[in-house]
Amino acid sequence: MAVSKSTAHAGRTGALFVAPAGLLTLVLFVIPLGILVWMSLQDYPLLGKPTFTGFDNYLDIPGNEVFIQAIGFTLAYTVVTTVVMFLISFVLVAIANSRRRATKFYRTSYFLPYVVGTAAATLLWFVDSDPVIGVFNQVLVGLHLVDKPIAFLASPTLAFWSIIVLVSWKFMGFQVIVLLMGLQSIPTALFEAARVDGASRWQQLRFITIPSLRPTLALLFILSVTGSLLAFDQFLILTKGGPDNSTVSVVFAVYNTAFVNFDMGKAAALSVVLLVVLLLISAIQLPLLRRKDV
Amino acid sequence: MAIRNPSVPATLWSGARTGAFHLVAGVLAVLFLFPLLWAVLNSLKSPTEANASPPTFLPSSLSLGNYETLGKYGAGIAAYTGNSLLVALVTVGGTVVFSVLAGYGFSRYEFRGKNLTFVTILAILMVPYATMLLPLYLLLGVLGLQDSLIGLGLVLVMFQLPFGVLIMRNAFDSIPRELEEAAFLDGAGALGALRHVSLRIVTPGVVTVGLFAFLASWNEFLAPLIFLNTGDKFTLPLMLVSVREGTFGQIDFGALQAGIVVAMVPCVALYLVLNRYYVTGLLNGALRG
Repeated sequence: MAVSKSTAHAGRTGALFVAPAGLLTLVLFVIPLGILVWMSLQDYPLLGKPTFTGFDNYLDIPGNEVFIQAIGFTLAYTVVTTVVMFLISFVLVAIANSRRRATKFYRTSYFLPYVVGTAAATLLWFVDSDPVIGVFNQVLVGLHLVDKPIAFLASPTLAFWSIIVLVSWKFMGFQVIVLLMGLQSIPTALFEAARVDGASRWQQLRFITIPSLRPTLALLFILSVTGSLLAFDQFLILTKGGPDNSTVSVVFAVYNTAFVNFDMGKAAALSVVLLVVLLLISAIQLPLLRRKDV
Repeated sequence: MAIRNPSVPATLWSGARTGAFHLVAGVLAVLFLFPLLWAVLNSLKSPTEANASPPTFLPSSLSLGNYETLGKYGAGIAAYTGNSLLVALVTVGGTVVFSVLAGYGFSRYEFRGKNLTFVTILAILMVPYATMLLPLYLLLGVLGLQDSLIGLGLVLVMFQLPFGVLIMRNAFDSIPRELEEAAFLDGAGALGALRHVSLRIVTPGVVTVGLFAFLASWNEFLAPLIFLNTGDKFTLPLMLVSVREGTFGQIDFGALQAGIVVAMVPCVALYLVLNRYYVTGLLNGALRG
């Protein structure tokens, strides 16, 4: 519905308003998507000329041990991060939703690490977990929890858990604030009616809170899974993929293929596979989100 | 926890519960805030003290030595901050202008290809951005924008578009058209109606879109890592990582933490000042983790 009376003229005006965004989307999104698919069909050294090789890059993927290992690691990381974050965020959101004094302060404290960039947050962790000058070890030794400083990044298991703790600290606040918004959008009348009917705290949680939060939980679940599958910064910065390539994530493996092995074709094929997998995950999970009215 | 011991007076019981609440909540707050405050504290120690083992808790004297070291690092912290600010300026400016125009167009006009354009812009959200950086790297090379802060900014604008367009379209949808019609009657053109009438009402939306664009560009790591090759053009996160690499195997932890403080203070400050807009943004679906 145009405001102006002349529809043809109004049509052109509307298109002109949208043109800059549309043009940018065409040049920096649609065309690169095409280039990505084209790249994946070439033997393409970073500094050389591409030659068409059909589906060779895709056929090589099952034999690419580094990538297969990265998939295993990324899946393990995704499962553990998601479970840990959900468990802790339930405790934190109970605090954040309280009507007691100082709640606003607690809420802000839990959220602040989220607004700090991943690179800066990871470097903080790098300094603090250092065996020589890091404060984590100083506290642990000071409390006599350990005898001598721990080299947190020296063994695959410790490095894995160090990253889990870092990521929980960094991203927890987001989950808490979204859960809180979900909680606060539940009409209080529901709880009042339940109390009048003599429902216990537990029954209110079971029959009102959890069902009302289902779309929020589904959304957080999707974001946690897709975000973890694409994680990169913390691995490159904190552990550099080590020790022994034990913390190389999928995106990290793609990055290495392109900019360490200079193989743009293979990297593009891996990207296409990753893209398709994530699209499938989103497609499968969409119905979860739509269940609002059930 | 709802079972009360009848022999304990109710006030005592609720007092104990409040105490336990603040104990747990407070300890957790300390755990969350400590790493941030610790970096600020360490950055203000003298360079020798900041690198001492075992670390001291409170600085024996306050010093800006670590910040001075950073001033001399590579092209100097001021130059890297300038690079980050330039990218942020392009990203915020581009995102706001493009989103306001497109949001207005989508909200107020019918035209051919409207739905296709809208869906394509939203599709940017569905594609994991890390997978797009390789072809973008080649494309920026063709456009002469490789190793360019402007090129990096434009790419970041594109990634912010779906959120910005969605927020702005919804904002314009919620304003009655009659306001603009009055402006038309007074002889204003389409842009004039947008500028004088609607833009004022949608200011909160504009602030939200700008805030998210700033935080995203200021904190971005992977895109500049791939697009920028020249050390002098590094943005703050890249510069911090190269400080961490150290010189001759020696890492200056004091300078590193000073750099982290420079990188995180603007984000924390903006959040504390604008957190109302931040929450609105999340509510409206700024949910690109």
